[in-house]
Amino acid sequence: MWILEIPPFLPFFIAALLAAVTRGTLRGVIMLALPVASAIHLWTVPEGVHLQMALFDYQLTPYRVDKLSLMFGYVFHIAAFFGIVYSLHVRDTVQQVAALMYAGSGLGAVFSGDLLSLFVFWELLAFTSVFLIWARKSSRSYQAGMRYLIIQVLSGVILLIGALFYAAEHGSLEFGFIGLEGIAGWLIFIAFGIKCAFPFMHNWLTDAYPESTATGTVFLSAFTTKVAVYSLARGYPGTELLVYIGAAMTCFPIFYAVIENDLRRVLAYSLINQVGFMVVGVGIGTALAINGAVSHAFNDVIFKGLLFMTMGAVLHMTGRMNGSDLGVLYKTMPKSTVLCIVGAASISAFPLFSGFVSKSMVMSAALENDYHLIWLMLLFASAGVFHHAGIKIPYFAFFAHDSGLRVSDPPNNMLLAMLIAAVLCIGIGVYPAAMYSLLPYDTGYNPYDATHVLAQTQLLFFSALAFVWLNLRGLYPPELHSTNLDVEWFYRRLFPVAIQSLFAAIWKLDGALRRAVVTRLQKYLDYLSGIYHVPSGLLTSSRPAGSMAMWVAIFLAGYLFLSFVY
Amino acid sequence: MDNEKKHFFDDPNNVKRVLRGFYACCVVLVVLDFVIHRHIYHSWENLWVFYPIFGFIACVVLVEVAKLMRTVLMRPEDYYDEFESDISDRPDANQGHRAKSGGHDVDT
Repeated sequence: MWILEIPPFLPFFIAALLAAVTRGTLRGVIMLALPVASAIHLWTVPEGVHLQMALFDYQLTPYRVDKLSLMFGYVFHIAAFFGIVYSLHVRDTVQQVAALMYAGSGLGAVFSGDLLSLFVFWELLAFTSVFLIWARKSSRSYQAGMRYLIIQVLSGVILLIGALFYAAEHGSLEFGFIGLEGIAGWLIFIAFGIKCAFPFMHNWLTDAYPESTATGTVFLSAFTTKVAVYSLARGYPGTELLVYIGAAMTCFPIFYAVIENDLRRVLAYSLINQVGFMVVGVGIGTALAINGAVSHAFNDVIFKGLLFMTMGAVLHMTGRMNGSDLGVLYKTMPKSTVLCIVGAASISAFPLFSGFVSKSMVMSAALENDYHLIWLMLLFASAGVFHHAGIKIPYFAFFAHDSGLRVSDPPNNMLLAMLIAAVLCIGIGVYPAAMYSLLPYDTGYNPYDATHVLAQTQLLFFSALAFVWLNLRGLYPPELHSTNLDVEWFYRRLFPVAIQSLFAAIWKLDGALRRAVVTRLQKYLDYLSGIYHVPSGLLTSSRPAGSMAMWVAIFLAGYLFLSFVY
Repeated sequence: MDNEKKHFFDDPNNVKRVLRGFYACCVVLVVLDFVIHRHIYHSWENLWVFYPIFGFIACVVLVEVAKLMRTVLMRPEDYYDEFESDISDRPDANQGHRAKSGGHDVDT
């Protein structure tokens, strides 16, 4: 049937086109209707290859559907939907179009059956999303966007080179299991790793996401990193290296999150932490672990979206985002407060909230496969995530010290979008079977056994107790206006300084060399002109009339001679 | 803000009540550790109240290490700005919205 062949990115690109030429209510209706239609359509699409074409000797598969890609396809539709509802009030056409294109590119990437299609959508993700960062229209966001774009495009270029090597090694571009073998395997791994925010490659995320607009960050948090997780789950399941990388990702960002002042940057660090859990799951690679990684990605899109939406609401209403400038907003933003707490409980994996039913799978898989140290790191990260995302975010935004700000809850469309996400968080937490039925593997996993519920609740309550104790004792670090050095220091400070001093030295040397050459030349000129720059000399500009008369005489004599000869 | 209505946490007694409820929950959770039989997957889970202790210590360590990190990593907020051309203020695209929908006091 022809309708089967409509890949899910197409409705989004069409919606983007229509959104570019329409305004007002009509645009709102189009932007909501097409993704909904696309979601309903996707629900009916069976697994299999639905679109295929040949390019030279290679088979391209821009549209392939299986359980793994479907899971991401569904959640991307959900994220796009609440993101669009959340940003309905935005009049900035560039942002609306970019958001739709970005969501479409994410969908294109997860349904790509070959590495070349993946590369195309990989780069589209970068080029469309950067406009959501630039939409803030500040010079800071412009520069952050530039850095973001350079790093994202670099990832794409590495992916392309990797894909070419892969084609040379395997004679096929099919995107299946790749593994860390050969140059191709490593190059593609690094390309995925950059987008996945591996340690030392992570700073684009914490740099750029908090600089985006209130609505833009909601989209940004959903797609790029999850596409990378999907790609790792497709290409590198069971790669042991990923277990260690993922564990590092869960642990190091939480330290930064504790001392970070910009609350959306706290969430960006916490995003890396959550992606770490997924990467560990992919690295372990058993059915349970992959299920855990995929379902955690699914849930993370929703609860991290919810948290970014509540912080976006705060930014939208107050124009501030630093923990030190906010506080006691619960009095006038009660709905946002409650919704934020739902998001916080979900990311902290409280029983009956969505994080609980997915993160536990990764933890169980780590224990089952004898990764004891990794399990302890994940446990530490679980306590830490509650500390910085679960408590710190709602506490410093809505409670804590009185900032004197009294703003109302955000517009209804924003509230509705947050409500949708919050309902999903609780719905998945209470009734996980619905989500489990969509997962790639059937493992019969049940998160709600007494052991597990008790252990997790104990862990979380005593993390909270630590927060209360530290706060009452005055040991908790205050929120301060500051920048905390991270890997970006190398390319934002060291590199520019090094380049500047290098170029300063080069210019100095260059100037000295030029001066030396010029002086030397001048000396030669003086010498030569001393010899030849005299009347009738070789270089003179003034010649006596006598020499001209002599030359005329010579010419005339020549003529005379020639007339005799011929 | 004198005529602002009283909110829940304005009353210090309410804060105390919430905290007391919270402490009670913690105690109950520790007691439950001895009542409910847990499956053990890892030998450390045999330790007495392993999860509560781990959670508490993990968070204290987290915060203390983060505070130490501050002494090394903290820089002024405009640290990068001098190298990134003429950023002196941070103009905000949402300023227009703020003037319209926010900024007013809903309680007055």
